[in-house]
Amino acid sequence: MNILNFFIASVLSACPLLFGTLGETLTERSGNLNLGVEGMMFMGGIAGLAGSYYYETLSENPVVWVSVVIAIVCSFLCAAFGALIYSVLTITFRANQNVTGLALTIFGTGFGNFFGELLSNSAGGYAAVGNATKVAFNAPISATLASSSVVGKLLFSYNFLVYIALALALFLTYFINHTRTGLNLWAVGERHAAADAAGINVTRYKYLATCIGGGITGLGGMYIVMNSASGVGGVWVHNCISGYGWLSVALVIFAMWHPSRAIFASFVFGALSVARFYFPVSFLPDAIYEVVPYIATIVVLISVSMRSRRRLQPPASLGLAYFREER
Amino acid sequence: MNPEIAIEMRDITKTFGNVVANNKVCLDVYRGEILALLGENGSGKTTLMNMLSGIYYPDSGQIFIDGKEVTIRSPKDAIELGIGMVHQHFKLVDNLTAAENIILGLKGKGRLNRKKVAEEVLEISRKYGFDINPNKKIYDMSVSEKQTVEIIKVLYRGANILILDEPTAVLTVQETEKLFDILRAMKKDGKAIIIITHKLNEVLALSDRVTVLRKGETVGTVLTRDATVMSLTEMMVGRAVSLNIERPEPVNPQPRLIVNKISCVNKDGVKVLDNVSFIAYSGEILGIAGISGSGQKELLESIAGLVPLSPGSSITYYPEGPDKPVELVGKRPLEIRKLGVALSFVPEDRLGMGLVGSMDLADNMMLRSYAEDRFFTNRKGPRHLAEEVVRQLHVVTPSVSTPVSRLSGGNVQKVLVGREISLAPKVLMTAYAVRGLDINTSYTIYGLLNEQKKNGVAVIYVGEDLDVLLQLCDRILVLCSGRVNGILDARTATREEIGLRMTGAKGGEHHE
Repeated sequence: MNILNFFIASVLSACPLLFGTLGETLTERSGNLNLGVEGMMFMGGIAGLAGSYYYETLSENPVVWVSVVIAIVCSFLCAAFGALIYSVLTITFRANQNVTGLALTIFGTGFGNFFGELLSNSAGGYAAVGNATKVAFNAPISATLASSSVVGKLLFSYNFLVYIALALALFLTYFINHTRTGLNLWAVGERHAAADAAGINVTRYKYLATCIGGGITGLGGMYIVMNSASGVGGVWVHNCISGYGWLSVALVIFAMWHPSRAIFASFVFGALSVARFYFPVSFLPDAIYEVVPYIATIVVLISVSMRSRRRLQPPASLGLAYFREER
Repeated sequence: MNPEIAIEMRDITKTFGNVVANNKVCLDVYRGEILALLGENGSGKTTLMNMLSGIYYPDSGQIFIDGKEVTIRSPKDAIELGIGMVHQHFKLVDNLTAAENIILGLKGKGRLNRKKVAEEVLEISRKYGFDINPNKKIYDMSVSEKQTVEIIKVLYRGANILILDEPTAVLTVQETEKLFDILRAMKKDGKAIIIITHKLNEVLALSDRVTVLRKGETVGTVLTRDATVMSLTEMMVGRAVSLNIERPEPVNPQPRLIVNKISCVNKDGVKVLDNVSFIAYSGEILGIAGISGSGQKELLESIAGLVPLSPGSSITYYPEGPDKPVELVGKRPLEIRKLGVALSFVPEDRLGMGLVGSMDLADNMMLRSYAEDRFFTNRKGPRHLAEEVVRQLHVVTPSVSTPVSRLSGGNVQKVLVGREISLAPKVLMTAYAVRGLDINTSYTIYGLLNEQKKNGVAVIYVGEDLDVLLQLCDRILVLCSGRVNGILDARTATREEIGLRMTGAKGGEHHE
């Protein structure tokens, strides 16, 4: 039973990573290395919480599903806005992508914490969404099926966002591998000049992929804010994203820029981050468990960079700006 | 000939910063004809064509397609007008297959039907006589296969106007012949074709008319049947040029480098050099001929100490004067370089080896000298040298502080060769030193090599053009699949004999 619970907890903890990884994968496929994932998660997190909170305080009779939808839409748009700033700077003005991404992380972290504190203070120290909304974000998708059998529990005891993330992963896999638009996006990330010469609007592809990708990572931030697995949910906790965005950036590499592999990659890291609750070793301090995901990231990065197979390489134009008339 | 006019360019001007690439250039092409666009390096041919294909946008001037004035703002516009360009540096995505590259950016049903696309590609291939596997990844392809993909890509989009930028620069003689047959088939099909090339014999063999550019301006257009190599060269250069290469007699040749039984195995375990032995003399130019990929690159690299050799290989360097001979095998590239063995390698990718694109001319000169500075680097010397190279080799550049990547391909090459020669080497190795260079610059480089020869340098010259090898070199070593297939006296050897030895049809087991 312990194993089963461990599995479920791993999935729940992997979900925000999956959102982050998918969003960043989409972004990087267009050749944009957006290091602002952490910041966009903060932005998405606070915007989702604020949207839901204000709807519930301002509305006479808040409806749960409306509150949920508002949270999703707000977090997506706010994070996409962060990505838009990044896009304008790197695509239109051809600023350095690494610097701009880092700036976005710093900006987003401040943005999230500032408005998070502001929200709490304005509500008298504690601003939380309603219990019904909290339940909607955390309840198993089907309580009956989840309690029916072991298989049922394995398959149906997650909140709806987990299924959305999985569906998104499968959709993106299909999109990149089997549609013309996906192929064009792939080409843009591999070689801007080749895509341009083939008549693809490179700028538009980069903008759309980066902004939509950013929005998706924002959902990961909202998930972290709304999820109550860590004890509290639906309320702003200072610095709540705490490195999940950075892990996502590393996971994109671990998943070799393939959305379907992102599922496995984020599950492994989700499992590592909850392992200490399920397999405690008395003489090991908690801190050891905390660093395991980061050590794993380093190991993965090293082993990936040592591989030389052509298929498993980053998009060749990753991190480069494109200017058609450049000589 | 169908007199229907396909393209008309009127008074096209384009500047990059303060460099005028095209100044009021005019050009017209008819359907069912092949027009050759000729000019020295940096005369603005590629820039002009890039404005047709939508990569650049002209500062002023008009373009008419089929008699109607058009505005071409992007490659997409060009494709829609039926203009397709095969760029000198292919614009293909390495990680995708041929078929995927061909359909990139095209509208169609959202879902991708790879099978159907492959069939369509094969259909075009059959029509024009291409040989291509639509499901092969680009990174697995040879240069000529990649070019085929580019041409099919253009045809698949229904192009009626084809532009080819130096298509034969990287092809073998046989591949070039095949390409020309295909171009003639397209011409018959009523397409308008523009081909940019430096090779005058190809211009004469293939084209119907020739338009010549010089320093960004139109010099004139002539019918190919009225033109000769001499007349075209004069138009290009603006004055009469002697087409004879000088060959001074070697003075007091001494063995400088004795290469003894070197063998080398590449990454895939294939023997790329097999028991190669020869002697390079001072004051002599030793030519190396061979079909591309016969081991020329490895031979030069192994002398420079860049590739590991099989046991038993030996390369001995005999310095001038009383110093003892030195064994080069096992020495580091830097030590070999210090002895005076210089490698001026000019590979397909000019910027890949030897120069840093984003650095300016002076800094690129410094790459060879900064190691001798104590702590602070000395910029004066390299700057001086850069100015000297620019002056002597007529490098077209706004100044010596321009990044090398801004220069045209030929000028980049001049900078590289100029720098290597300036080091006053004892052994000078060059590979494809004139590849992609116009005729005038090529002769400047031949002159430089001859000057080195007169100074007592042992020059090793890897070349492609057999006529040049025969005129320039003293002896010619023929490589065939990594083996030496004869070392001939260039004064008595014939083109045919070298050709036969290159393919292995003659010589066979013959050893020197």
